[in-house]
Amino acid sequence: MKPAPFGYLAPRSRQQALDALRRFGPEAKLLAGGQSLVPLLAMRLVRPSVLIDLNRVPGLAYVRPFRGGLAIGAMTRQRAVEVHPLVAERVPLLREALRWVGHPQIRTRGTVGGSLAHADPSAELPAVAAALDARFVLASARGPRVVDTPRFFAGYLTTALEPDEMLVEVRLPALPAGAGWAFAEVARRHGDFALVGVAVVLRGDPDRRCTEARMAFTGVSHGPVRVAEAERSLVGRRVTAAAAVEAGRIAQAALEPHSDIHASAAYRRHVAGVLAARALEQAAARMQVSP
Amino acid sequence: MKGVRTTTRRSRPVPLTQAEIRLRVNGIQVTRTVEVRRTLADFLREDLGLTGTHLGCEHGVCGACTVLLDGQAVRSCLLFAVQADGSEITTVEALGTPEALSPLQQAFMEHHALQCGFCTSGFLMSAHALLRDHPNPSDDEIREVLGGHLCRCTGYRAIFEAVRAAAARPRHRA
Repeated sequence: MKPAPFGYLAPRSRQQALDALRRFGPEAKLLAGGQSLVPLLAMRLVRPSVLIDLNRVPGLAYVRPFRGGLAIGAMTRQRAVEVHPLVAERVPLLREALRWVGHPQIRTRGTVGGSLAHADPSAELPAVAAALDARFVLASARGPRVVDTPRFFAGYLTTALEPDEMLVEVRLPALPAGAGWAFAEVARRHGDFALVGVAVVLRGDPDRRCTEARMAFTGVSHGPVRVAEAERSLVGRRVTAAAAVEAGRIAQAALEPHSDIHASAAYRRHVAGVLAARALEQAAARMQVSP
Repeated sequence: MKGVRTTTRRSRPVPLTQAEIRLRVNGIQVTRTVEVRRTLADFLREDLGLTGTHLGCEHGVCGACTVLLDGQAVRSCLLFAVQADGSEITTVEALGTPEALSPLQQAFMEHHALQCGFCTSGFLMSAHALLRDHPNPSDDEIREVLGGHLCRCTGYRAIFEAVRAAAARPRHRA
């Protein structure tokens, strides 16, 4: 359980980090909070020849207002985001989901950008990004670019990041005014990766009829999944218990989860529907509509 | 021209396999040269002889290796010693001594919050940080923090009671 030898670089500026990536990108790994990467190194599931430690790069940890929503620096610790007043005010869904990420002792070190860039198929933050239509700012010596959530998550543990690129910021649009939200998850123990999790956002008209629904699942595919048919089934209706259960059933039918040692595909599919219905009811109760 | 180029090349950082680090451990300034792949946990145990920090799983699950990095509870198996350069580390050795236990350690003893003791130093460090930041934690706050640790003697209930008892005392700090 000791990492294989590697070369270590600790850039002191963003420019140095991008320069290191340009030189060593394909053989390097970026070290953010290390809460996923260091176990992989210890088990020698990854053996990069160079480790580029981002922890000494200034200016990558922040929570800022951005166009009504938030911009969060990739190196911002999860714990710092969890307790940030702007997060509670503007993106409470993120705060709720963060409480499911590992444990307090993990979140003191783990970063928002690290979790997103690692793209574990059972991680909570990718589902939040999918539910909020987050945008990702990627930087390289070639220049920055911005990609949306469906393009960022490219597959199992795979993102749109090129070998010479790093994630520098995630932008979370504000929830629509009065929108309801919820996050629900089932894990074997609290703090474990999700067997299934779901992030929900609901918006309604003054008559409490749903005008927009977003349901993003984690743990049921190689990355976060939105189920458009289930979302559409709610539009134009009040999100009653019956409507929530029906949307959950549609999601169950549409999802194609896998089996592993933690849970069977059939169990995951069942739980996805049940959790979706619960989260939808909770989100509907949180919805605020002006009369 | 040639000289300038050489300077530019020299200024480019080269990946290191060893590094000299300076940090404070339990209030004492320490300078050592370490292999960059040395974890902080191994550094504390092997290089400094501070064997109160235990290693259970070595991949961030069990919490036995929890120490304070600049005051925050972290897994020392998920941090390389080189990353702790310039920081302040607090280990269980800083809490109390066998003759003079810290109030938290005393509460662990009184509530039978340990059997084999392997997980105990990790629990103590997390609980210590919790009580420092939240002198009167709610039961849920205690549970959330203890949830980051495994105890295979199944002593969670007693550990919870010990932390709650320590919180109720006027001075719980080490």
